[in-house]
Parts: sequence; C-alpha cells; structure tokens
Amino acid sequence: METIVMNLPVNAEGYLLDPNTWTREWAQEIAQGYGITLTDKHWAVIEWLRKKQSEGVALTIRKVGTSGITDIKEFYQLFPGGPLKVSSKIAGIPKPVSCI
Amino acid sequence: MIETLDKPVTESKPAPTIKNEKKLKRVLVICSKGKLEDVYAALVLANGALMEGIEAKMFFTFFGLEAITKKKADHLHTATVGNPAFMPGMPTMLGGLPGFEAFASYMMMKEMDKLDMPHVTEFLQMIEAGGGEIYACKLAADMFHLKKDDFLPEVKDIITVGDMYALADGEGTQIIFI
Repeated sequence: METIVMNLPVNAEGYLLDPNTWTREWAQEIAQGYGITLTDKHWAVIEWLRKKQSEGVALTIRKVGTSGITDIKEFYQLFPGGPLKVSSKIAGIPKPVSCI
Repeated sequence: MIETLDKPVTESKPAPTIKNEKKLKRVLVICSKGKLEDVYAALVLANGALMEGIEAKMFFTFFGLEAITKKKADHLHTATVGNPAFMPGMPTMLGGLPGFEAFASYMMMKEMDKLDMPHVTEFLQMIEAGGGEIYACKLAADMFHLKKDDFLPEVKDIITVGDMYALADGEGTQIIFI
C-alpha cells in the first residue's frame, strides 16, 4: 500500500523509507491501522527492534523471543497478523528478510 | 422534542486502515518423511506461514513421526545414500560407509547453526507459540507403536486422516505434502 501517514514517506509496502524520521506519534498512527493500541510492552519491543536494527542485527522472531523483553507467544499476541513484519513497520525499520 | 447527547459531538479522524485481506488463510503441512532436510522444509513452511499471519497446522505421518518423537526429534539424519544431490561426483558407495551419514548430518547441523536455525524441538516450540497446531497420524503411530507420551509436549493430539482433512476445512486453505 502507498499511504503517506503524517507526511512521512513510505515504500510500496508501507515501510518507512528513513528510520531516522520515525516518531512515536507516527508509530501510534500505524499501529492504530492494525487495530493495535500500543502499551509499554509494545514500546519496549519497538525500541529494542530499532536499537538492534541500527546495530545491523538481522532480526528474526527467534531473536525477539530471546530478547528478554517478550517471548514468542506474547510477541504474536502483541502484534497479530505477522508479528515481525507488523512490529518492524510500526518501528519504522525496513522489512525483515528472515525466513525463520 | 429536544434530543440531548451525553457527549459533545466531535469529529473523529478515521485511523488509516491497513488492508490485510489475504487469499491464503491457512496451510496444512503434512510431513511424511524423517530426513533432516524434509523435516526442516516442513517446519520452515509452517513457521513461515505463521510469520505472515497465516494459520498453520502440521500433520506428521510415517517416518515424519521421528520429528515429533521425544527421543529422535533432535537427532535426525540427512540421507547420504540414494541422494544424487548430495556431494555430486562422489561415488554413492562412500555415502554408505559406517559413520558417514552421521558425519554429514553433523556438518549440516553445523551449517544450520551458523544461520541461527533452531533445532527441531525448538522449532516446534516456536510454531506452537505462534499459534500453530501439531498433530500425529494415528495409523502411523499405531504402526510404530508410539503413544502420546512418546511424542513431544507440543503435539496436540493423535488424529485420523479424516480429522486431518477437517483441519484443512474452510476457504483459503492449502495443503502442502512433504
């Protein structure tokens, strides 16, 4: 999809083009589109994803599960409908390319 | 007559809705083989579906039962005999030498570890955590004299072929046979 929310440019799939332009308000708006109300737990995961992505870590669901912030089961519940993709989109980082 | 409203009327901005209408809603992955690479193919497909927000169910039958059996799940082997894609150019007889298959399987697992691929039991746990369902085939379990207790705790039930088809019932389901 090609929606420009809060005037931040996104790619054809809705991922933010530049993670540095990300704001919490933007994240909230994107989350709302998925029917997600962001809680402290969501924010902790989002911050962790942004941090790891900036460090160049290839993100996987398994890694999120061992992050100490959440486990895999809860991760699926926090971001229904494809947790890593949805959370990455909200976190304003590129689409994950992992197969596991 | 005057109508009163409890709350003042405010214009609410509609939230951007993100379309999530997938045609593929559910996959049923049938794993009938016990070779390392076949089992991993089944696990990757089921887990990959869950990662995309697609429902996933797994049905293990015949030698595939090895993958969900407590004692064997993390000790699966890759076939070094009768596998032309394995080290092409190598005489197939070498693949049959004692210990060769174990060595090849060990090397394969090592490569998988490098890619951060989980072992079979952990993979099954991940699938269950993601809402996937894992089942064993009744006929094959009876044939191999396996009881519910022999299987990993992630195995939800031992079911018949009819029950398996019921799992795949509904629109937007695909069955994948390995």
